[in-house]
Amino acid sequence: MPAVSKGDGMRGLAVFISDIRNCKSKEAEVKRINKELANIRSKFKGDKALDGYSKKKYVCKLLFIFLLGHDIDFGHMEAVNLLSSNKYTEKQIGYLFISVLVNSNSDLIRLINNAIKNDLASRNPAFMNLALHCIANVGSREMAEAFAAEVPRILVAGDSMDGVKQSAALCLLRLNRTSPDLVPMGEWTARVVHLLNDQHLGVVTAATSLIITLAQKSPDDFKTSASLAVTRLSRIVTSASIDLQDYTYYFVAAPWLSVKLLRLLQCYPPPEDTALRSRLTECLETILNKAQEPPKSKKVQHSNARNAVLLEAIALIIHHDSEPTLLVRACNQLGQFLQHRETNLRYLALESMCSLASSEFSHEAVKTHMETVIGALKTERDVSVRQRAVDLLYAMCDRSNARQIVAEMLGYLETADYSIREEIVLKVAILAEKYAVDYSWYVDTILNLIRIAGDYVSEEVWYRVIQIVINRDDVQGYAAKTVFEALQAPACHESLVKVGGYILGEFGNLIAGDPRSSPLVQFNLLHSKFHLCSVPTRALLLSAYIKFINLFPEVKATIQDVLRSDSQLRNADVELQQRAVEYLRLSCIASADILATVLEEMPPFPERESSILAKLKKKKGSGKLPENVNGSAELHAEEPAAANKASPPPPTEVLALNPTPPAAAHSLLVDVFSDLSAPTAVAEDHLSRFICKNNGVLYESQLLQVGLKSEFRQNLGRIYVFYGNKTASSFLSFSSWVSSSDVLKTQLNVHAKAVEPVIEGGAQVQQVLNIECVTDFSDVPVLNVQFRPQQEVQKIFKAQHPMETDAAKAKLLGFGVALLEGVDPNPANFVGAGIIHSKSAQVGCLLRLEPNTHAQMYRLTLRTSRDSVSQRLCQLLSEQF
Amino acid sequence: MDGWMDGWMDGWMDGWMGGWVDGLLLTIGITSSFQMQFMLLFSRQGKLRLQKWYVPLSDKEKKKITRELVQTVLARKPKMCSFLEWRDLKIVYKRYASLYFCCAIEDQDNELITLEIIHRYVELLDKYFGSVCELDIIFNFEKAYFILDEFLLGGEAQETSKKNVLKAIEQADLLQENIDYQTRLFAGTVWTL
Repeated sequence: MPAVSKGDGMRGLAVFISDIRNCKSKEAEVKRINKELANIRSKFKGDKALDGYSKKKYVCKLLFIFLLGHDIDFGHMEAVNLLSSNKYTEKQIGYLFISVLVNSNSDLIRLINNAIKNDLASRNPAFMNLALHCIANVGSREMAEAFAAEVPRILVAGDSMDGVKQSAALCLLRLNRTSPDLVPMGEWTARVVHLLNDQHLGVVTAATSLIITLAQKSPDDFKTSASLAVTRLSRIVTSASIDLQDYTYYFVAAPWLSVKLLRLLQCYPPPEDTALRSRLTECLETILNKAQEPPKSKKVQHSNARNAVLLEAIALIIHHDSEPTLLVRACNQLGQFLQHRETNLRYLALESMCSLASSEFSHEAVKTHMETVIGALKTERDVSVRQRAVDLLYAMCDRSNARQIVAEMLGYLETADYSIREEIVLKVAILAEKYAVDYSWYVDTILNLIRIAGDYVSEEVWYRVIQIVINRDDVQGYAAKTVFEALQAPACHESLVKVGGYILGEFGNLIAGDPRSSPLVQFNLLHSKFHLCSVPTRALLLSAYIKFINLFPEVKATIQDVLRSDSQLRNADVELQQRAVEYLRLSCIASADILATVLEEMPPFPERESSILAKLKKKKGSGKLPENVNGSAELHAEEPAAANKASPPPPTEVLALNPTPPAAAHSLLVDVFSDLSAPTAVAEDHLSRFICKNNGVLYESQLLQVGLKSEFRQNLGRIYVFYGNKTASSFLSFSSWVSSSDVLKTQLNVHAKAVEPVIEGGAQVQQVLNIECVTDFSDVPVLNVQFRPQQEVQKIFKAQHPMETDAAKAKLLGFGVALLEGVDPNPANFVGAGIIHSKSAQVGCLLRLEPNTHAQMYRLTLRTSRDSVSQRLCQLLSEQF
Repeated sequence: MDGWMDGWMDGWMDGWMGGWVDGLLLTIGITSSFQMQFMLLFSRQGKLRLQKWYVPLSDKEKKKITRELVQTVLARKPKMCSFLEWRDLKIVYKRYASLYFCCAIEDQDNELITLEIIHRYVELLDKYFGSVCELDIIFNFEKAYFILDEFLLGGEAQETSKKNVLKAIEQADLLQENIDYQTRLFAGTVWTL
C-alpha cells in the first residue's frame, strides 16, 4: 500500500484492492471479485439503510471491478443516489461512476439529469463543476437535449467563476460535437468570442477550443475571433515568459494556448486587413526566429513545447499558402529538423514537409532535401519514420526527380517492412505511370515491382500495366520482349505469369521473328508455368493459348493437343474445363477468318483514372499526392459518380438473368476492369434463390432494384418484374426486354408487356411477363434492362467571352463551388464541387466545365442529387462563359 | 398483388443520398474537428490502469482497441519515436517508469503538444502524490480520474496551470477531510477558490 493516502481513505477499498493484487491466478481473482459482488449486493439489498460513506465505498469498489474489465449490472441506482448527497466526496464518486458506466436506461437518465440540474442551479462552483464534468464526460443526446440551453448561459454569465466558465466551455464543446443540431447559435456566441480577451488564461484556453469547433461549423458567425486571436497570440509571443507566470511551461509562454490560437486561425483565410495581416506575419516570423535561438533549458519539455508551437505556426503558413518567404523559411527550418538527433522531430519534420511539398512556393525548396530523405529511408531504425520518408519522397516527386525517387523506393522495397510494402508498391506504380516519359521505363518499373515484391502487387497494379500497354502501341513490342525475358527466370511470381500471358497473347507476334522467341518457344515458356499457377491464372493462360492459335497457325496442333489432354478436358475445375472444351471446339470448327475476328487484338481501353489511386486512398486515410493533386477530392468525387460511370456517355445497365458461360469465360479478356462484373455476380447469385421460391429481389445496385413475383399454373406462368428507381431523379429511356437463344425460343414462349420509358425518382414500375412452357428446357432467358439516369445535365455552348483560364476559374469560384484541381485528367478542364443548402435539404453538386478553345465552345456538365437543381444550375452557368 | 412490396424501399433513399453528401463534405473538408479520442495508462505487463474515452464507443470496442493498442505499444523498442499511425488515428505515447501513457489524437492534431499534455498530467500526479508510482494510481484510481478531469475535459486542456489544477484538487480534499467545515461552507453563500 502506498504511504500517502490523501483525502479520506476508504480502508475497505484499499484492502479489497490489495486482495486482488495478491491473487495468484485469474481464477482466484474472479473468485475474490464474485465474493465481493455478492457482499455488495447483499449490502445494497439489506434492510439496514446504508450511510453515505458505505454507499460511496461500495460504489467505488464496483467501479474498480468494472475498470478491471468485469461486467457490472447493478449499483447504478446507488450511484445516482450519491449524486444528491450534500457531501462533496460522495457526490464526486457518484458522478465518477456515472461518467464511466453510463447506462442508457432512460429512467436513470432522467434521475441523473435531475441531479445535474440541481447542481447546476446550486451556485456552488464545486458542485457546478462536477455536474459540468459529468455532462462533458457522458455527452449523450439526452443530456444535450436537457442542457444545451443552460450550459451557454452559465458560460457567459457575468458572475460565473473562472473555473466554472472553463468547464462550461469544454462541456459545450463536447455537446456540440456529439449533437451539433441541439446546440443552437444565439446571442451568447458573440460573448463567447470575447472570452478570447479574458484576463484568465485558463478561460481563454478553454474558450479557444470551443471557438475552434464552432468556427468549423459556422465560420461566418465567428469571423471576429480571427482578429482577436491574432492580438492575443501577438501578446503571448512577444511577452517575456515570466509575464504569464504559471502559464509558462519550461520557459515557453503558454504553449497550449498558442497552439490553439494558431489552430483557430487555420479555420480562416489570411486576414484581409493589412495591419492585422502584418501583425500575424510578425508573430509567425517571431516564432520562426525563436527556433534559431539557443534553448533556454536542456529539458526535452522545453524543446517539445517550443517546437509544438513552431510546427503549428508552420501548419498555419502552409494553410495560408500565400507568403513565399515564410514558406521557404518554414522549409529550411524543417530541413534542420530532418537531421535532428531527436527521432520525434525527424518524424514530424518529414510529416510536415509533405504538406509543404504540395505548395507551388515551396515545392522546389522541399526538393533540395531529397538526399537527406533518401538517407532517412536507409538509416532510420523506426519503421514509422521510414514510412514518413516514403510519404515525403512520394509528395516531392515530379518529372525532374521521378527516376531517382522511383529507383530509391524500389531499392528500399527489397528490405522494407512487410507492413508498408503494399503501400510502397502502389506509390511506385502511381509515380511510374504519372511521370513516365517513355513507357519502356514504366514497363520495366512495374515488372521490377512484381519481381521484388510480387506478393504485394495488387490486381489493380497489373491490370493497369496491361491497360497502358494495350493503349500505347509504341511500347507493345518492348513489353512483349521484356515479359518474355522476365519469364525466363526459373521462379517467377504468379502476377508476372498473368501479365506475361496477357501480353504475349496479344503481342507475342511482335517478337516472334526472333528465333529465340519463336511462337513455339513462347508457348512452351508460358506452359512451363501453367501447372504451378492458381485456377484464375490458368484460365487466363488458356485464353492466351487460344489467342496464340490465331496469331501463330503453326503452333495450332501443339496447343490443340494441350487443350485435348485429360488434365484440361476433364479438369475438376468447371471454369478451366469449360474453357478447354470451348477453345478446342472453336479452334477446330472456326475458319481462319472467324478466328481472326473472334480473337482480334483488344481495342484500346477508354481513358480513365488509375484505379491504383483509389486503392492507395482506401489503404491510407491521407494519401498525400504530388503536384497539388487533392487526394481526398479525387476519390470522393469519383465515388458517387462511379455507379453512373459504368458505361458513359449514355449509362446503361445490362444485366443477364443468366450470365452465359462463354461471356463469363471471356470476361477476363474482354475487360479486366469491368465495372459491371460485380453486379452481375450478384444477380447470378440471386437467381438461384428463385429455384425454391417465387418472389424476392433479383438484382440490386446503387441505382436500381429489380424484384420478382411469379405465379404458375400448369404450363403457364406469369412473372411480375418490379423495377425500383433508387435515385432521387428520373430514369429516362427505360426499356427492358427478354431475349432467348434460338433453341430456347422453341422450348419456351416469353411475352413481355412494354413498360413506360420513364421511372420517376424513388418510384417503381411493374412489367408483366407471360410465359408458356412448350417443352423442358435448360437454358435461361435473358432479361435486358437499359436506362439513362437523369441527374446529370449537360450543355454545349459557344463561348461568349474570351476563353481565359483565370477568368473562368474566378467565375466558378465566385459562383461558390470549390475547385478540385488535378481531378480531371485534362488539366484544362475545371472540376468543382459544392453544396447548396436549403432549409429542407442539402443538395450536393458536382460540375465539370470543359473548354474547347479550338472550337470556341464549352461543354458544361452538372450532376447534383436533384434533377431540378442540375437543370437550373446548368442553365444559369451556361450564360456566364 | 397489392401491398406485397410495401415498405420495400423505405429508408434506402436517405442512406444513399446521405452517403453521397457526406462524401462531398469530406471532399471539401468542412467537417473535420480535432480532438483527443482517448487516453490509456497501462503497465509494462499490459495491465490497464486508467482509461478515459472522449468519444462514444461500446464496451466491446473499447476492449478491442485497448488490447490492440497495448500490444502495439509494448512491442516498440525504447529509442523509437513517440508517434505512430494506428487505424485512422495518431497515437502519442510515452513511458514513465513502469507506466505507459498513451493518447489517441486525430490526423491534424499536434503531436508534440499532446506529448506535453501527458507530461503535465504526470507532473500533476507526481505533485499530488509526492513522487508518484504505479501503486498510487492503483490504490487511488479515483483520484487519478479526478485530477484528469480537472486538467482535461472533453479531450481538450481545461486548465494548463499546474498551480490552478492542484488548487482545485486540494480544495476538494479539504472538503473531504473536514466535514464540519464543509457543512458550514455549503450552508453559507460565500465561496472562494
